[in-house]
This record gives sequence, structure tokens and C-alpha cells, in this order.
Amino acid sequence: MTTPLSSILLVFTASFIGSFGAVFLKMGAGRLHREILSLLLNWRLAVGIALYLLSFVFYYMGLRAGELSVLYPMVALGYIWTMVWSRMFFGEPFSARKIGGILLILCGVALLNLGNR
Amino acid sequence: MGLYNKNFVSRESYRFSHRQSVGLVFLCTLFGVAAQYFIKTSGMQTSGLTLAALLANVQLWAGLSLYGISTGLLILALRDGELSLLYPVISLTYVWVTILSAMVFHETMSVYKIAGIAVICSGVALLGKGKSA
Repeated sequence: MTTPLSSILLVFTASFIGSFGAVFLKMGAGRLHREILSLLLNWRLAVGIALYLLSFVFYYMGLRAGELSVLYPMVALGYIWTMVWSRMFFGEPFSARKIGGILLILCGVALLNLGNR
Repeated sequence: MGLYNKNFVSRESYRFSHRQSVGLVFLCTLFGVAAQYFIKTSGMQTSGLTLAALLANVQLWAGLSLYGISTGLLILALRDGELSLLYPVISLTYVWVTILSAMVFHETMSVYKIAGIAVICSGVALLGKGKSA
């Protein structure tokens, strides 16, 4: 079974959309305080959750056709996007520890995948 | 800052430390996997999709509620924590799914899987150690 380019593009798009979901959740979360309206009228949280659901749809469509061993580790692309957006939107610095942690997680996901063959 | 604000009606709420935020994401992944388990075993993939069957499916509602709690915990964690440190911690989901598959669905554990779990945990530990300097 080979992985069609369409699957790769779908999963790529999903990771991209999902990372923006996280950005909107973070933006919305920063505006929460002790009153229910700050939760109910929080459009940023709503957009974040909607983007998450949308990314899930893209993952689902992508994973239907392709090979999991190729596509599953691509999920981790989302971590790299998120690191870039976090710096752009929230001024969170890149650090050796952050990059090291993400690399370790990527290796771990790849190992789990080897175990699933 | 203490656990409680001096003025309880203040709009300022308690702030989580970095470790507490990581703990919240940890809980978020546990609830997320429990949600997946309930939705997977709810039989929605096999049974016909009638509205009545959907509404009466307790497993499905339990799963969706757990997803809701999981998302709420993630939002709380993101409020005070660094997104770039917390987001990769969600990969703990892979660890729980692997352990659950072995325990509940009796999938075999291999050296690769154990190594994978250990490496992911070390990555999470590195991210959880503290705020980036």
C-alpha cells in the first residue's frame, strides 16, 4: 500500500489548521475571568474549537487512504507549527530544551509506530 | 501568590504555575483517551444512525462529555502556560493509547513500543521541567 499525495496534503493541512486551533484557544483562554460571560461570549475559544474539529475532519479523510506509518508521524508537524506561531503571536522564545523535547517526542512516536507494524 | 485571592469577588483568578499547567495537560490527555475509548466502544460505527439510537447512546454521551472536560482542562492550562511548551505534551495521548490497547484490547507489547513510551515520556519531562529561559 502506498500513500497517495492527496493523503499527505490532507494530513499536512490538518496539522496546520490544528495548530491555529491551539493558537485561538490560547488567545481565548487569556481572556477568561471569573464570570460566565467571559466564557460564553468568547469567540476566540469558539473559533479554536471549530478549527480543532475541522482539523479532525482533515486527518480522518487523510488517514482513510494512506499508510499510517507515513501519516502518523506527520501529526507531529503540528508541534513545529505551534512553536513558530507561539513565537510570532505570544513572544515565546525558541529554546534548546523546547526543541530537544519536541525531537524526543518525535522519536518516541516513530518508535511506537515501528512497534505497530 | 497565595492560593486564594484576598478579595474573592476580584476578577483576578488563581494563576497556575508552569508545572501545574503541565499537570492539567496531563489530565487533559487522560480524559481525552477515556473519551476515545467510550466513543470507540459506543458502537456508533456499526449501528444504524437513527436519531433515537444516537440520543439513547449513553456511551456516546459519556465519551463526548469526557471530551468536553478534556478541552476545558486544556484551555485552563493554556491560560497561564506557554503554548509551545504545553502543546507537545498532548502527545502523551499516544502513550495512553498504547497502554490501553495492550491492557484492554490485548495487543502485544513490543520492545519498540516500550522504548517509544519511554522516549515520549522523557521528551514530555524535558518540556515540563520549567519555563523556557
